[in-house]
Amino acid sequence: MVEAVALDLRGEAPGHTRWEFAGACLRDPKVVVGGGFILFLVVLALGAPWLAPKDPLEQDIILGATPPAWLAGAEPGHWLGTDDLGRDVLSRVIYGSRVALTVAFVASALAAALGSMLGLLAGWRRGWTDATISRLVEIWMAFPPVLLSILLVAVVGPGIGSIIGAIAIIDWTRFCRVVRAETMNQASADYVIAARAIGFSQTRILIREILPNVAPVLIALVSLEMGIAVIVEAILSFVGLSVSSDTPTWGGMIAQGRQLLHQGWWILAAPLTMLFLTVLAFNLLGEGLRRALDPVMRR
Amino acid sequence: MTKAILHRLGMAAITMVGVAVVIFVLLRVAPGDPIAMMISPGASVADVAALRAHYGLDAGLLQQFLVWARDLGRGDLGTSISLHRRVLGLLAERLPATLELAFAALVFAVLLGGLIAVFATLTSQSKIAPVVDTINGLFLAVPDFIWAFLLVLVFGVFAPVLPLSGRIDPSLGVTFATPFYLLESLFALRLRVFLDVSRHMLMPTLALGLPLAAIITRVLKESLREAMVQDYVLLARLKGKSELRLVLEEALRNAVAPTLALTGVQFTFLLGGTVIVERIFSYPGIGNMAIDAVINRDLPLIQGLTLVFGALFILVNMSVDLLVVAANPRLRHG
Amino acid sequence: MTAPILAISRLSVVSTRDRALILRDVSLSVGRGETHGVVGESGAGKSTIGKAVLGMLPRTVRVTGGEIRFQGQDLLTTPQASLRRLISEKIALIPQDPMTALNPSRRIEGQLTDGLRLTRGLDARAARAVALRLLNEVYIREPERVLRSFPHELSGGMRQRVLIAAAFALEPALIIADEPTTALDVTVQKQILRLIRNMQSAHGTAVIFISHDLGVVAQICDFVTLLFGGRVIESGAAAQVVESPGHPYTRALLEACPRYDRPDAGLRPIPQEVIAQLRAEGQAP
Repeated sequence: MVEAVALDLRGEAPGHTRWEFAGACLRDPKVVVGGGFILFLVVLALGAPWLAPKDPLEQDIILGATPPAWLAGAEPGHWLGTDDLGRDVLSRVIYGSRVALTVAFVASALAAALGSMLGLLAGWRRGWTDATISRLVEIWMAFPPVLLSILLVAVVGPGIGSIIGAIAIIDWTRFCRVVRAETMNQASADYVIAARAIGFSQTRILIREILPNVAPVLIALVSLEMGIAVIVEAILSFVGLSVSSDTPTWGGMIAQGRQLLHQGWWILAAPLTMLFLTVLAFNLLGEGLRRALDPVMRR
Repeated sequence: MTKAILHRLGMAAITMVGVAVVIFVLLRVAPGDPIAMMISPGASVADVAALRAHYGLDAGLLQQFLVWARDLGRGDLGTSISLHRRVLGLLAERLPATLELAFAALVFAVLLGGLIAVFATLTSQSKIAPVVDTINGLFLAVPDFIWAFLLVLVFGVFAPVLPLSGRIDPSLGVTFATPFYLLESLFALRLRVFLDVSRHMLMPTLALGLPLAAIITRVLKESLREAMVQDYVLLARLKGKSELRLVLEEALRNAVAPTLALTGVQFTFLLGGTVIVERIFSYPGIGNMAIDAVINRDLPLIQGLTLVFGALFILVNMSVDLLVVAANPRLRHG
Repeated sequence: MTAPILAISRLSVVSTRDRALILRDVSLSVGRGETHGVVGESGAGKSTIGKAVLGMLPRTVRVTGGEIRFQGQDLLTTPQASLRRLISEKIALIPQDPMTALNPSRRIEGQLTDGLRLTRGLDARAARAVALRLLNEVYIREPERVLRSFPHELSGGMRQRVLIAAAFALEPALIIADEPTTALDVTVQKQILRLIRNMQSAHGTAVIFISHDLGVVAQICDFVTLLFGGRVIESGAAAQVVESPGHPYTRALLEACPRYDRPDAGLRPIPQEVIAQLRAEGQAP
């Protein structure tokens, strides 16, 4: 009897099929353009060894800095020129996407997981739990994020693990707030009250009922977060705290490019452009997802 | 009203304590020994121990915290391990530069954002509307880090008309009575100096201000749109007020409050952004100092800087709360 | 006979979204200093008439025929700029909801003197003097305090009085009162109605009184026009229409009004046959 009622109520729950979501997303131009570029980056990152024309670490000091192919004085084979150590800029940019994307995907996933967990807890439990977590969020947000990330990485030591960890530890607050607000919204919905009345365990309600309805908002936020993660990694590279100086990163190239500005502006321009386009793409994707999922949610 | 202010002050105090505790513990449990970074090779063990005791780093965690808190109460923020000067003095010296930069960026962002929002509202039915929207969306996606380098590329390489670093041209050989170069030169009417300081501040101000301007445009435009469809605007339009006056005299007042709250939050992000922007432009503010402090594990300096940033954040939040109440006549008499 | 202030002839308005006819061949005439009630249920199109006269029709509707002659000039063909000026000088609106019709962030003085300073070119002091006089006319005690106040500090009735004062400020030839008492308490309604009537006769202004309540309209209007489904069902002198209604709908409407002197009589909704007849009439070309 209870099972039957539960099944009935499950039908009442405002769940949406995954296909509805997917369909809405793919129809939005922002999603297509942004997502398309990210896909292109993934291809670059995965296929770097085959796609990059030269070895990113191979130096040619005698050659020095040469401009990109369409300018005078260019060295054939180096489409975007070379840096002061004669390394091919294009190849380094392509390899740089590996670090950027790895950090973007993993760090945002972690930040989302941590933030959502705490957000669900705070929004569901209310009372002291909520007060403590909210206070924690406030304290956390009183630290300048860049400074905190530099601090964390400087303290733990450079390396891709610490960068990812630092981003996750700093940016979870963003997810926590949103998930908390949405959870509080959902918690007062009829289907949740009904589920509680039946006696479903809290964990079950949180995970099986509320989380799926929070998911769309989260997905859009994750995309935004990935853009932020890429920037933070670039900043850390710029400050010299990223992965080892051998591995090419966009931030590292930007730092180098800043130093060598008058010797070769392309050393700065190339990674900057890639960074710019990547952030733009993640933002576009996030915006598109948010807009596409909104009307579906409202039904 | 006073009860609300006191409540907020209380919350702010708790947050500050939290900030202090977190940074304190974080610095001491983390690997990396500041003393080790300072000593010269070949120093004896006794020397190292003496140095450690001198900075109070040999005591237990709790004791260190209490000592620090006690000194803080006296206004003593300790001595910088890497720069060998009193932290308070260092902060006092460099904070004004950052404040000038942050406020210049804020003023710029409010003016630009406000202008474009009003323009967008007036042209909302015309063909330019989607163009304005798209450009706004584009600007929203670009963080200060990228703006800074774009500006460096443009004004450093392609049109080198602006200085790329520092706060003032050293060859001018000027001295200041206060650390507020911009304000002082303006009030003292030393216009050539003022111009030089402004030129140095232009790019970092743009880098910090453009992202904020984009957000202000987005939010203000939305609020104005909501206000413009209200009945009182309709009535005013019937009385013969021009669209421009409708936006400025009727709608703007009601659109300010929701915009303020978000602007305040974003301004705190701007403050955080000074860390990297100052570094990029070698601008001598607290942001720039902070990076070196962290890399050098300069505990007292890091703690002092964190407190300053934390206090600024809290101040901004409180100011926004107060301004929101002031802007809404209903809340004022409430 | 003097020419009417406002002559609407065969006005037709459609919705651009679903092509529904909002107004069909509506004709209406308001003489100088006359109070003319426009009565109808929700959706009958009465508000649309007001909006059409004020040049406030939303983008979702379109005029497909007819003219609106104000003092001989067709408002529908007047270019925007001069139309705006004409309306701001000669036609005013008393809006329905005093809550939303006043800017919550501006003091009353500014909102009351806007028109005076803009259109009549009065300076602040002169405008203030006129504003005080107007507030006295609408029986607001302590007019100085009211001028300094914000809208949320005033009661609903007081706000509506302020709006009425604002409407008469420029001595317009015509005022559109769009259900001015609907948002008010019943006790306040009567006062406001009487006030509008008194102001109207004192200033000699023509008033179009839009309402869904025929009983209310009958009390203060000289003439009345009834609308249903965008068409004029009946029109004539208010006293006559009430006493001997020509159309069964009018009769049904009168009987549907709750009668306070016969509390046990119950409510009588419009009978089905009347609705059917109206529909049938609507089908006819």
